[in-house]
Amino acid sequence: MTEVLVPFDEVIAKYDPALGLEVHVELNTNTKMFCGCPAVFGGEPNTQVCPTCLGLPGAMPVVNGKAVESAIRIGLALNCSIAEWCRFARKNYFYPDMPKNFQTSQYDEPIAFDGWLDVEVEGETFRVEIERAHMEEDTGKSTHVGGATGRIHGADYSLVDYNRAGIPLIEIVTRPILVPAEKAPAVARAYVGQLRDLILALGVSDARMDQGSIRADVNLSLAPKGADKLGTRSETKNVNSLRSVERAVRFEMSRHAGILDAGGSVLQETRHFHEDTGTTSSGREKSDAEDYRYFPEPDLVPVAPSREWVEELRGTLPENPTQKRARLQEEYGFSDLEMRDVWAAGALPLIEATVAEGTAPQSARKWWVAELLRRANDAGVELAEVGVTPQQVAEVQALVDAKTINDKLARQVFDGLIAGEGTAAEVIEKRGLALVSDDGPLIAAIDDALAAQPDIAEKIRGGNHAAAGAVIGAVMKATRGQADAARVRELILEKLA
Amino acid sequence: MSELIRKTAAELADMLAAGETTSVEVTQAHLDRIAAVDGDAEAGVHAFLHVDADGALAQAAESDARRAAGESRHLLDGVPIAVKDVLATQGLPTTCGSRILEGWVPPYDATVVGKIKAAGLPILGKTNMDEFAMGSSTEHSAYGPTRNPWDQTRIPGGSGGGSAAAVAAFEAPLALGTDTGGSIRQPGAVTGTVGVKPTYGGVSRYGLVALANSLDQVGPVTRTVLDSALLHELIGGHDPLDSTSVDVPVGGFVEAARQGATGDLSGLKVGVIKELAGDGWQPGVMERFAETVALLKDLGAEVTEVSCPTFVHAMATYYLILPAECSSNLAKFDAMRYGLRVVPEGDPSAEAVMKATRDAGFGDEVKRRIMIGTYALSSGYYDAYYGQAQKVRTLISRDFAAAFEDVDVLVSPTSPTTAFPLGDKLDDPLAMYLQDLATIPANLAGVPGISVPAGLADEDGLPVGFQVLAPALADDRLYRVGAAVEAALTSRWGGPILAQAPTLEGPR
Repeated sequence: MTEVLVPFDEVIAKYDPALGLEVHVELNTNTKMFCGCPAVFGGEPNTQVCPTCLGLPGAMPVVNGKAVESAIRIGLALNCSIAEWCRFARKNYFYPDMPKNFQTSQYDEPIAFDGWLDVEVEGETFRVEIERAHMEEDTGKSTHVGGATGRIHGADYSLVDYNRAGIPLIEIVTRPILVPAEKAPAVARAYVGQLRDLILALGVSDARMDQGSIRADVNLSLAPKGADKLGTRSETKNVNSLRSVERAVRFEMSRHAGILDAGGSVLQETRHFHEDTGTTSSGREKSDAEDYRYFPEPDLVPVAPSREWVEELRGTLPENPTQKRARLQEEYGFSDLEMRDVWAAGALPLIEATVAEGTAPQSARKWWVAELLRRANDAGVELAEVGVTPQQVAEVQALVDAKTINDKLARQVFDGLIAGEGTAAEVIEKRGLALVSDDGPLIAAIDDALAAQPDIAEKIRGGNHAAAGAVIGAVMKATRGQADAARVRELILEKLA
Repeated sequence: MSELIRKTAAELADMLAAGETTSVEVTQAHLDRIAAVDGDAEAGVHAFLHVDADGALAQAAESDARRAAGESRHLLDGVPIAVKDVLATQGLPTTCGSRILEGWVPPYDATVVGKIKAAGLPILGKTNMDEFAMGSSTEHSAYGPTRNPWDQTRIPGGSGGGSAAAVAAFEAPLALGTDTGGSIRQPGAVTGTVGVKPTYGGVSRYGLVALANSLDQVGPVTRTVLDSALLHELIGGHDPLDSTSVDVPVGGFVEAARQGATGDLSGLKVGVIKELAGDGWQPGVMERFAETVALLKDLGAEVTEVSCPTFVHAMATYYLILPAECSSNLAKFDAMRYGLRVVPEGDPSAEAVMKATRDAGFGDEVKRRIMIGTYALSSGYYDAYYGQAQKVRTLISRDFAAAFEDVDVLVSPTSPTTAFPLGDKLDDPLAMYLQDLATIPANLAGVPGISVPAGLADEDGLPVGFQVLAPALADDRLYRVGAAVEAALTSRWGGPILAQAPTLEGPR
């Protein structure tokens, strides 16, 4: 079926969207949600498993207390109420990567509920209401081998790795987010981005979207402007970058509008997002009729966190992100405009980490928001995943400060770092990027340049120091950029004084 | 046949301690008995699905070596035991009486199995049961029925007919059973043996392949009350792997049994449950029950009639909660990781393999309960069925609580009838379900219960069980009352009830 996509400007003129975001956060606990197996990324397939997470007959779950603690801290950070008493429930459905053919989750008694997160887009604040945050276990991971699509249909065979089965997840569900249509994609992106930063600050997850430790499902529906009820939604699963969240919302808005404009009705279904094309395609059909037959998990006792414990955990929360942002802007001396760019790029935590390594805030800002953001955009990845760490940025700037390299050479050092050529010092060594620190070769180059352009020397002697620029340019060219321009200028002026 | 098989576990323990016999002798005697009378699906008692002669003898030899070195791990070290096939045993097949688990050998031990191994009890083998513990006759085993040693044309009760028959036929002095709605107590009643369902949470369920998680409990199956007390103390206690297990000290059961055996029940208040009698209750069962109640009075107990009005709804409640839980529990049997795998013709999808496997691997009773449970949990029906059943369950617990304000223990016949002929109720599930009328309330409320032999019914000469129920965590009362009844009746009969059972010949 060919989809008719309506241009975004036309969509926003006719329709109002309702967004709903479900974000799964993989916790970084040492062990799994209900057993003692290590909960770490990677590992040979099916080596981090036991009778419980394999769903062997007779095995039983035991709740990971650390995961409950993380869930409560996430709930508190999202301004949620924390349940005084809640239970786990079984979500029953058959799938080969589900060891028990039910997922132990929470249903009508989530650990945290009724919260909010303020997100900022282009200087404007939107409050996203959080319906609930609940605890559950991850499934195993299926790999479909053969076939063109990598999906189960058409595959020759499938492999299942149960290492991931039972890893603790927190699912954070928003209430419908009703924002001006033109803002919807950016608000969706900003929400997931700020949520990720919050999770990072809490230290409860690696929060790596590229590794799936944060996964977003994007629910979207459109209704004609002014309509008093919401339209039918689609659910786009496992969108795994901030950029993809924004693109998925945009694409679904255009797709829904195409269907609605043609007088059709949107099918309530699960859709898959394709990173390469920025489009979605139909997944398994999911309707309201799908019945998970939830009931309380009889093998687990209720979770009843004491109020004292909850308050104790409240005391461990990191600084409120909004307050922190204001504080850092003040400390770093960033203008409002600079801060807006920093924020939009998701660079604040990276700048903070770079400054913590001893770099001046403006230098850190310059590298992240100018140089590295451009590279991230070119590569289509998040800034945090550009391939350079805050420690490396600090090292590079320290080398610039020591005049070992200049800004221009620093860019080549970043090339080397991203290409995995080793440390900054190793890249400089291998690529021969160090500035010429000896005056001898510089003076020789200056003499050559002055000899080639005798009239310039006269101008400089006559007091026109700006004319030195032409000599500096020639020297830089002769040294293939590896000269400290300020030093060259000093030497020229000394010589002609 | 060696006289060793006639000994109780407590007597064997004393003999082993005194050096009068060895564990290898005792174990071999039971293996010989199994070889002589157990037969197979076609004939014989057929209490065992798997006999581990080599393993049991090796464990027995280790036990003897310990004794020789002056060590003993437990009073029952060296006394052999049979294990219901619903408990995971590392290295031994565990089928739950189902084709779908045929050939599955668990890589781990259930906590209770780990405990009996650590205590040095040789494991004779795995006992037959209704498929996934669904049934009251052991006829729903995929591997053929167990036969009642009292009359091999009759059922041994269920689901734990294998464990009860093994003990009744002197194939094992001790066995482990599980009781979800009466699967330890009802087989005990119809085979003239003792069976105990402990307080919910009193014994770890880790490694028990769940029928209904909120109802299941592991318990002892023996020929005497004292033996049950010994075994219960061994297997009981908190298990960090089972969060529903209760963290309270276990003990006092053996002491209570010894105290009860003195025959003094003065000061004990006994309530006779009014609702567990009437139409459909076999006259011979009611006669033995009335005699036993009279006996309690003779021993000094104060007996009153107690009404528990919601018990009449226990059956309906149970048959919603149990299928709901089991429909979800049994979903894991999907051919993906272990057990049976049936691959249909052509190039089937994973879903088609799951369907074909479950169709071939599950028996009718299992399918029936999966369907009932799936329906009861369905959107739109949940409140009317599962939700409502949970409310009634609460009311049943309140009836127990109210009754236990006035009395120390409650009593009833264990089962409405004696052992019925094989095949009699196979086409009538409701009639089969009624076997558990008197035992189900205890599971719904989590309270403990025991069944002890009360004699033989006049009309058929088959054993009748007497059930005693106590408040949660007051399991010691079961042993006190049970031992008092046992001592008085044994004295009246001039010996244990099983002395009256027919001598078993070999199956061929």
